[in-house]
Amino acid sequence: MSVSRPFSIARWFHRRGWSDLIIGLPYGWLLLLFLLPFLIVLAMSVGSQAPTAPPVGFGGEYPWINPRGYQRLFTDDLYIRSFLISLMNAGLATLLCLGLGYPMALGLTRVAKSWRNILLMLVILPFWTSFLLRVYAWMGLMGKSSWFNQLLTDGWNLLVPVDWAVKSIPMMHSNFAVVLVMVYTYLPFMILPLYSSLERLDPTLDEAAMDLGSRPFRVFLDVTLPQSVPGIIAGGLLVFIPAAGELVIPTLVGDASTPMIGRVIADEFNSARDWPMASAVAVALLVLMVGPTMLYSRYQARAEEGPGK
Amino acid sequence: MRRSPVFLITVLCFGFAFFYIPILSMMVYSFNGSRLATVWGGFSTKWYVSLLSNKQVIAAALLSFKIAVVSATFATILGTMAGFALSRFRKFRGRTLFSGLVTAPLIMPEVITGISMLMFFILTANWIGWPGARGFSTITLAHITFSMVFVTTIVQARLGQADRAIEEAAMDLGSRPWQVLWDVTLPTAFTAILSGWLLAFTISLDDVVITSFTTGPGSTTLPLLIWSKVKLGVTPDINALATITVVVVGIGVALAGWVMHRAEKRRLADERMAFSSND
Amino acid sequence: MAADVEPFLRIEGVSKNFGPFQAVKDVNLTIGKGEIFALLGGSGCGKTTLLRMLAGFEEPSSGRIFLDGQDMTGVPPWERPVHMMFQSYALFPHMTVEKNIGYGLKHERMTAAERTDRVRAMLDLVQLTPFAVRKPHQISGGQRQRVALARALARQPKLLLLDEPLAALDKKLREHTQFELMSIQERTGVTFIVVTHDQEEAMTLADRIAVMDRGAVQQVGPPGEVYEHPASRFVASFLGSISQYEARVLRIEGAEALLDVPAFETPVRATAIPGLVEGEVLTLAVRPEKLAIHRHPPGGPNAIPGEIKDLAYFGKDSLYRVTLPSGQLISVHAVNARRGGEARPDWYDKVWVAFEPAAAILLRG
Ligand SMILES: Nc1ncnc2c1ncn2[C@@H]1O[C@H](COP(=O)(O)OP(=O)(O)OP(=O)(O)O)[C@@H](O)[C@H]1O
Ligand SMILES: [Mg+2]
Repeated sequence: MSVSRPFSIARWFHRRGWSDLIIGLPYGWLLLLFLLPFLIVLAMSVGSQAPTAPPVGFGGEYPWINPRGYQRLFTDDLYIRSFLISLMNAGLATLLCLGLGYPMALGLTRVAKSWRNILLMLVILPFWTSFLLRVYAWMGLMGKSSWFNQLLTDGWNLLVPVDWAVKSIPMMHSNFAVVLVMVYTYLPFMILPLYSSLERLDPTLDEAAMDLGSRPFRVFLDVTLPQSVPGIIAGGLLVFIPAAGELVIPTLVGDASTPMIGRVIADEFNSARDWPMASAVAVALLVLMVGPTMLYSRYQARAEEGPGK
Repeated sequence: MRRSPVFLITVLCFGFAFFYIPILSMMVYSFNGSRLATVWGGFSTKWYVSLLSNKQVIAAALLSFKIAVVSATFATILGTMAGFALSRFRKFRGRTLFSGLVTAPLIMPEVITGISMLMFFILTANWIGWPGARGFSTITLAHITFSMVFVTTIVQARLGQADRAIEEAAMDLGSRPWQVLWDVTLPTAFTAILSGWLLAFTISLDDVVITSFTTGPGSTTLPLLIWSKVKLGVTPDINALATITVVVVGIGVALAGWVMHRAEKRRLADERMAFSSND
Repeated sequence: MAADVEPFLRIEGVSKNFGPFQAVKDVNLTIGKGEIFALLGGSGCGKTTLLRMLAGFEEPSSGRIFLDGQDMTGVPPWERPVHMMFQSYALFPHMTVEKNIGYGLKHERMTAAERTDRVRAMLDLVQLTPFAVRKPHQISGGQRQRVALARALARQPKLLLLDEPLAALDKKLREHTQFELMSIQERTGVTFIVVTHDQEEAMTLADRIAVMDRGAVQQVGPPGEVYEHPASRFVASFLGSISQYEARVLRIEGAEALLDVPAFETPVRATAIPGLVEGEVLTLAVRPEKLAIHRHPPGGPNAIPGEIKDLAYFGKDSLYRVTLPSGQLISVHAVNARRGGEARPDWYDKVWVAFEPAAAILLRG
């Protein structure tokens, strides 16, 4: 005969409570504070703008869905243009980061062991200082009267005919400034994964290739580059994804007449108080991110499976 | 013998110049006597004086620090739980959704996270009257949410590499699974958890975008204060603030490096001792 | 033998499947109290898997395990009076030697003083008292092995499982530790199950050995019996070296059988095994040390002529490889008992290899 024992918290905790709690607390937290807010954005994107607070309504006829936001996405060239500019700026920044970051990462694997850790620390150090302050540093340098701008201006004036001479180079508030600052702030994200994939390469491999008669550059093309593709993909996406949705950099150094998509979302939301439109743009941006993200997770899964597949 | 790669060293030098010239320039100009932030007007420390006597700046720094400590602590607890769950419980209901939820915040653009949080808080304020005013609590909740997944990533990676036999040994010696977690798994993953906390702390301390959406009147964190000043253009006292930040972080990183170096040396000495006591 | 040990652990028809792969196949074993029992087998034959089922980390796919009469099915590892010494030792890296050994005692009802006493006794048993406050990375491999042993013994388990306890040690330390392990077992009286793939280690340590192959137990018995009376060709060749030849029964003459062995080209006599019939084809196996080597034809049965192809001189003994008339090889291990006298056989010498009828092992299958 089994006696039904009274419920005891201690017994429940021992049997399965502890694991239920460990799964349940973070799960519940993310459902409530991440998934639910996101679902709200999704719902808002098909709502209508209303003079209420919050400024959204779901009135009208069945099915109470208002596709206005999505329609405007494809018809108003403000959105199309800012999407294109975002992709272009982010793509350009990614390529420049790769062009500068790859030789830097490769160089880091070639310097003496005792120096390597110090140099790596120097790559990471800016990352620990404030992001905003790093953007701000360039605002100072790019300004019309800064020593940096004047230096470049003097250089320019020396090289070009007299009637092309300028008083200063207009760097601030342009897409050039946005890309430059993006490269500056995101470069560590490119260098670190590249470094870790290059560091793992067996140095005897390129010695073997050289032994077989390849010149150093051929060795790089045939041996080093193919093996660092996972690092290139990881670094590229770590730069591209946040760059495409960037808000701070275009707001501070960008050109207000050709805004990037992150700024459009914030403006729709804050200034225009058009929640449905802001949500629709946000959803569209996320959809654009899905492709690269899936690429990334596929590569990561493959990297975890180990080499030689 | 490897030939010294001249090209690579040149790029490396250029890269480090690119990294540090803007920062150094900012530090030099923090001692600029001129009101115009980019024109040199003699040496002066007046921007430091004005910065450190600015009550608003001090209050914002304190608030940022408070939010960072609280949110990093909760993020570490929740993130470690999630990392443990994903690496140690093979099957449970909703595992796929859970692992998706843990990776999604990593790639979600900050603007979208910020807007979704704000909409959420406005709607809950409408429905259940909470939060009455946005500020410390809403910022902290938002920071916990997006920084916990970074902790999860770090902890999950460490637990994935851990030697399972050690956990089995504890179980074999009579510990129930939750005691094994407490006695063995957590202590051996301690460094990962600590670096998770540090990462969560810095992310929170540094965040502008999500904070700007979830803050309310009267709650200005340091990044928000800088943001509002910098939006109007270059101001000299920010140079001073930046210099202080760089120096503090630099000292912190150098100290951490030195501690790590010492620990490594001690470990090597220990191994030598073990070897000599071999009997 | 199995009959005269008091059954303490009974493994009944235990199998373990990992998906379509069967790692352990229908194992039946009875192990007595206070025994040292060795599980011997090649890599991947399922030894660790069997041990993990005894410790409770894996549930058998079928079959049952009884410990001291109690069915262990569904009993979690932390409730089993069985402790394990892991192949990698699995010491807790963040605890001192002392804390490692005392870890299991947390779950015992005992006072703090009793606990310290027990830890001290254990440190004493494995001679590690001077290292009590060191961490695992501060002691040597042999010391780590002893900490793992002390930790597993501290709770006074009924049964101790040792997975390759000596594999991580170097050869000299291994031999020394074997005897230490045996003396500790004697003093504590705990039943030991030792997994190993080293046959010499198994024979030195164990009261009885189970030889495993591809998940199944091939033979169980004391070392002498398993070595001298292997039940199958696998067991015969796994333990020690042995030469095996195909043979056909010509005649049965009382306790002996006359066999035609094509490799020898002359009929030989061997002690018959039960159920032998004329015309039956089976395997004749002889161990090198059971063979004698002669420079002149010896009197008596079973002398096979041949020529020395290879020899290795070790001082106290020599190993010869002799080519038989059929071209096949036979190995002979001879003790160099005499100094001088009749010169030892040399390369390309013509010799006769002889063995007693009782030395030949007849194996079916
Ligand atoms: N969890 C598992 N899943 C799938 N197959 C497994 C698992 N554990 C063990 N096996 C397989 O079962 C077989 C037996 O493994 P086991 O570890 O028991 O071998 P072993 O006899 O201890 O070998 P060794 O001497 O190398 O330690 C191996 O072929 C192994 O690949
Ligand atoms: Mg094994």
